[in-house]
Amino acid sequence: MNLFDYFRPSSTAEAVAAASEPGAAYLAAGTNLLDLMKTGAKRPGRLVDITRLPGLDRIEQMPDGAIRIGAMVRNADLARDKDFAAAYPAVAEALLSGASAQLRNAATVGGNLMQHTRCAYFQDPASACNRRAPGTGCDAIGGENRTHAVLGWSDACIATHPSDFSVPLVALDAMVEIEGLDGPREVALDDFHRLPGETPERETVLAPGELVTALRLPAESRAFSANQRYLKLRERTSFAFALVSAMAALDIEDGTIRAARLALGGVAAKPWRARAAEALLVGQSPGIAIFEEAARAALADAMPSGQNAFKIELARRTASRVLLLAAAGAPERMPALPASTFGTTPGALSYV
Amino acid sequence: MTLSVTLTVNGVRRDVTLEDPRVTLLDLLRERLDLVGTKKGCDRGQCGACTVLVDGRRINSCLALAASLDGADVMTIEGLAKGDALDPVQAAFIAHDGFQCGFCTPGQIMSAVGLINEAEAGDDPERIREGMSGNLCRCGAHAGIVEAVLEAQKKLEQRRVA
Repeated sequence: MNLFDYFRPSSTAEAVAAASEPGAAYLAAGTNLLDLMKTGAKRPGRLVDITRLPGLDRIEQMPDGAIRIGAMVRNADLARDKDFAAAYPAVAEALLSGASAQLRNAATVGGNLMQHTRCAYFQDPASACNRRAPGTGCDAIGGENRTHAVLGWSDACIATHPSDFSVPLVALDAMVEIEGLDGPREVALDDFHRLPGETPERETVLAPGELVTALRLPAESRAFSANQRYLKLRERTSFAFALVSAMAALDIEDGTIRAARLALGGVAAKPWRARAAEALLVGQSPGIAIFEEAARAALADAMPSGQNAFKIELARRTASRVLLLAAAGAPERMPALPASTFGTTPGALSYV
Repeated sequence: MTLSVTLTVNGVRRDVTLEDPRVTLLDLLRERLDLVGTKKGCDRGQCGACTVLVDGRRINSCLALAASLDGADVMTIEGLAKGDALDPVQAAFIAHDGFQCGFCTPGQIMSAVGLINEAEAGDDPERIREGMSGNLCRCGAHAGIVEAVLEAQKKLEQRRVA
């Protein structure tokens, strides 16, 4: 790990000023950043510790019905918040399907958005990686790439964003609140992460020094509480990143879908909202045929970026399956194995 | 740069001066406080051998910057037993062969203490396995570990009721 200056600001303004200097990085729990610093993939000259900034660790109900989640709320605390989990069961399930209990106790909501790809070439400073070191090339292309992107990738980068949490959030129209040198602003989560194009090193739309202070789920997203699920396919049942994941949310009235949300994870450099699929579902009755049609629409533009053609069919099946799960309803209790297709509970809603 | 860090470790206040900010909580415990019960396995948050409680919650001490935890309350495996009396979780690991080589055991036990405090798994072995998935055991003692957690949880519950 490189040597760095450690700075603990006492206000957001002080943090933003300190982090606007070249080479500075924000430190929250550090569960991803310290790991990357140990491998040498990240070498910040200054760490600005934001864990003590006042007011960033609250889950607040807003007057307009929105819910606001401070960037320093820990993943486990959000998943365990009873009101939040009742309103957004698939968000809680996505959180609990990620990492391990120890990591969820430390990792923050803001850090979850800001985490980097788990592409092995990004993490290894000896490998060529346009995302880590612009212009060096991409060793993932033509390399070990069976877990890489099938949507939105470019000839410069085929990495995926690893977050589970972001997948339901993008489906539910989450907004990201940001503080910067020029004051506060907000962007839709769907516009927050960038596709690689020719500049994969620019992972988000944040300007230098800009800090994610909160996430907000709009009041309208509450319409989906009863019928939403997150489903995650991975190479072992627990403590693994998604090969492919999907979140579906349905607003069903009198047997008709009034509104639908569908997003995919593990398939692109950002959580992937499938709007064409959503449009197909509106006005339909829930059922396997229309769900499979929606799943096909969601993957219509998918292309393998290497040895990962299997992920396209896997994503289709995951999407139609999660729509079935959502139509069956959010479970009464968090499944023992969150977001898993496996489970030993008799009659569990995991089986559709 | 020099940093002063104050921690309460196993109930005792410890003031440490760091000449280098790169020190993780794990390295501070082992190298500065000679509390070598907490183990360094992968040093990357993947194996759980470094699990300790910080402010009552289990975390990976290898991925926590010591300077950032200034003021925190830390409990390690050394703080669990009361004199010669083992903690019920420690006793249950012995009773159920919850280890072989023992390297992962301090992390397993601290993780189990954290899991029991979280009180979400109940007596469902599936939920306990899921809750303990951040702790790897290369000897493959996981079956005994789940039995140990179930028994320790029951004993602690009986103790609370009594």
